[in-house]
Amino acid sequence: MGLAKRIIPCLDVDNGRVVKGVQFVDIRDAGDPVEIARRYDQEGADELTFLDITASSDNRETMIHVVEQVAGEVFIPLTVGGGIRKLDDVLRMLNAGADKVAINTAAVAHPEFVKQATDHCGSQCIVVAVDAKQVAEGDAPRWEIFTHGGRKATGIDAIEWCRRMADYGAGEILLTSMDRDGTRNGFDLPLTRRVCDAVEIPVIASGGVGNLNHLVEGVIEGHADAVLAASIFHFAEHTVGEAKRCMQAAGIEVRL
Amino acid sequence: MQSIVIIDFGSGNLHSVRKAIEHVADGASVRVSNRPEEVVAADRVVFPGQGAIGSCLQAMDATGMRQAINEVIASKPLLGICLGLQALYEHSEEDGGIDCLGILAGRVKRFSAPGDSALKIPHMGWNQVDQNPHPLWSGIEQGSRFYFVHSYYVDSSEPTEVVGVTQYGVSFTSAASRGNLFAVQFHPEKSQRSGLKLLENFVSWDGADG
Repeated sequence: MGLAKRIIPCLDVDNGRVVKGVQFVDIRDAGDPVEIARRYDQEGADELTFLDITASSDNRETMIHVVEQVAGEVFIPLTVGGGIRKLDDVLRMLNAGADKVAINTAAVAHPEFVKQATDHCGSQCIVVAVDAKQVAEGDAPRWEIFTHGGRKATGIDAIEWCRRMADYGAGEILLTSMDRDGTRNGFDLPLTRRVCDAVEIPVIASGGVGNLNHLVEGVIEGHADAVLAASIFHFAEHTVGEAKRCMQAAGIEVRL
Repeated sequence: MQSIVIIDFGSGNLHSVRKAIEHVADGASVRVSNRPEEVVAADRVVFPGQGAIGSCLQAMDATGMRQAINEVIASKPLLGICLGLQALYEHSEEDGGIDCLGILAGRVKRFSAPGDSALKIPHMGWNQVDQNPHPLWSGIEQGSRFYFVHSYYVDSSEPTEVVGVTQYGVSFTSAASRGNLFAVQFHPEKSQRSGLKLLENFVSWDGADG
């Protein structure tokens, strides 16, 4: 009896449409974020994360509309990230119905922004999204923060950065391994474990999930509080329910 | 048509609470208000809360909401959510220690994790509630999970007021009730089927004791 480990499907949204080819048989419009959100909710998703992968401000309005619609019919926590640069962006997403807002590049550019956002809105609704890449292997492995979709190095140590963001009041870390993202080879477990053990706040592991056992590894070996995946759910290879039963069979507490 | 008012302190995001109440209260008038006279005039009241307790209590004093809440629970159902549970107790450790409304007996304390890396703070996610009998649990299975997000918890000193208990390092009060008052630490508006069922029970509850 206790707190369940969370499974969080992630939806990449481009101009109001979910990308990465969703193939649910019983969904009329495979790109409609509202229909997909409803489907994941019914399957037992513990939360949903929407990442706005479009950069233009026109499309930002579209995202707000998507969040409003989803929040009106899906009653589980919603996190929205992508292009959050100022306090007004945070407030607009919260007002549209997001429960948490993920800050990534803007946190690196202006770390004080995280403090400002948590002071104003409370830690519980600020997630810091961290994109990390391994820069040294061997006995003294090291990971650094990258921005702009993993293209731009910052020289910032990933573990130190996560500790600092926790000190600044972040309620949660969304940790993505840029080495593993899109590979379907599983989470970067050493990275995940180091970050999870270094901070007092919950950590969501992300990047690399290709099968259900990867989710189990993320929790048991990576010490993650929650696991996020996109493609294994989008392509309907597995339902969220299957993922939970697999985790439960491995001795992990889940919400069924 | 019944009227339901959600109290607004300007601190939290009330969109979710409002949407969920509208979803279960067919045809009701659901309003968000920071005006005590509107709160007192409603048929039932939701007292949600996010953020820090100090600013919540400050806003209540500035608007005269303290008195309004006392009037409400003397005559009609009130549902407290999250900070809206904690604020009802005598004292909280948050914000350097602060006296709260003192309507329920007990104190609000911070989860502490000395050397226990397994205990993450905030307590965030789906945890089980061990229910004591109350009409608002009707149709919700014993031990059902609800969505929590909080760093402080209620340590009740009056067992008859405890209607739900949850384990997270300690055993804490996750639901409390007295008379017309029912309050929960978790977020029913984010707790899918079980949460919506609780809200549905609340909007048809006559109040005055389970």
